[in-house]
Amino acid sequence: MYEGAVQDLIDELGRLPGVGPKSAQRIAFHLLAADATDVRRLVDALTEVKARVRFCEVCGNVAESERCRICADPRRSDEVVCVVEEPKDVVAIERTREFRGKYHVLGGAINPIENVGPDDLRVKELMSRLADGVVQEVILATDPNVEGEATATYLARLIGPMGVTVSRLASGLPVGGDLEYADEVTLGRAFEGRRVVGR
Amino acid sequence: MPLYRDDAIVLRTQKLGEADRIVTLLTREQGKVRAVAKGVRRTSSRFGARLEPFMVVDVQLHTGRSLDTVTQVETVGPYARPICEDYGLYTAGAAMLEAADRLVEAEREPAVQQYWLLAGALRALAQRAHAPALVLDSYLLRAFAVAGWAPSFTDCARCGEPGPHHSFSVATGGAVCSRCRPPGSPAPAPETFTLLAALLTGDWDAADSSDERHRKEASGLVAAYTQYHLERTLRSLRHVDRTPVATVAPPPAPTTPAPTRREA
Ligand SMILES: [Zn+2]
Repeated sequence: MYEGAVQDLIDELGRLPGVGPKSAQRIAFHLLAADATDVRRLVDALTEVKARVRFCEVCGNVAESERCRICADPRRSDEVVCVVEEPKDVVAIERTREFRGKYHVLGGAINPIENVGPDDLRVKELMSRLADGVVQEVILATDPNVEGEATATYLARLIGPMGVTVSRLASGLPVGGDLEYADEVTLGRAFEGRRVVGR
Repeated sequence: MPLYRDDAIVLRTQKLGEADRIVTLLTREQGKVRAVAKGVRRTSSRFGARLEPFMVVDVQLHTGRSLDTVTQVETVGPYARPICEDYGLYTAGAAMLEAADRLVEAEREPAVQQYWLLAGALRALAQRAHAPALVLDSYLLRAFAVAGWAPSFTDCARCGEPGPHHSFSVATGGAVCSRCRPPGSPAPAPETFTLLAALLTGDWDAADSSDERHRKEASGLVAAYTQYHLERTLRSLRHVDRTPVATVAPPPAPTTPAPTRREA
């Protein structure tokens, strides 16, 4: 244990995802030794992100105004919606340059043991986006692991009767892995070879 | 024992750092073990798919200071895929995994019967041997019996008076005679008692031929029994998909999806 401010910083850092007590201590002492202007830049970035960034009211992606950059882009098709778990998955798919439709960010995957059910995700918002008949195809791009597959299964069953084509990314993605770790060639191929799972 | 090998069921996984996972295993010989699986979230991992919930694996572990490390995995029961491709199976299976995790509390205390019970139930689920809700309820009743909370559905759970009886008391442990019956005890249908007894003993012919109405009532009683005996509620129980299994239409023939590219 350290004195006051240092320990407070270590505690705060230790609450970040993927940061254990040892890493928290390392980061804290790095910041202590760092130049004051470097630390100020970090503080500004944190303040800025909380003040300016919010979630797109259409797709749930991070945005700097009511709509995200992708939803506001008139050159992108409204007919195909790609459903992902997290905003970082949008970034991964954008890197492939394979997809020119819009996204829908669920905010996670169905995981009963963690008490996450369909109502805890942006499923209702997705269904209302499909209601006006503009969307012709929904691509389910949830993670290729058990929770992601189960979420895709649930959505396919829900969307199927609406007369919208539902497709799932092709196999070839690392099963058990995270979408964000797939390289853009593999991910691009998975897009090209996606299979229809419901209509 | 720096290096050891065992059969194991993957109960749950949690992300750790950049690309690792902590896996909670119910092993056949060592009981519950938590171990680190390194790099499994990366594309190049050979382990990732094998260390998913519902998988039954033959695993080699290296003993560590706090957590063991997975060094090798072979598939024994590839149940993850069939289970997560059906939402009813997935939610029933998740409740089974959570119950096992809770009933086997201590780590490294052999729980051989719990291991075999769960492995058998996951196989039945993956092979669609019976309705998922029946497999779940049967598993819960039997897992509780193994844990020392065997319910009684025929003789009175309190005085042993031979049944059948009309009332059910969660706190007393099942069927209760008219003298032992606590006030306010529900009186389920006689067929529901028969179904519960069949689920507890594994009489699948009787269970499979039961009515939807009695299955629903039995599930409600099993859920109440589960919540009563576990200190904290079983979170996944409220997410169990109870949509009756309809005759599912065959999947449509694959068609070519709409092009995703639209030239700007
Ligand atoms: Zn948007």
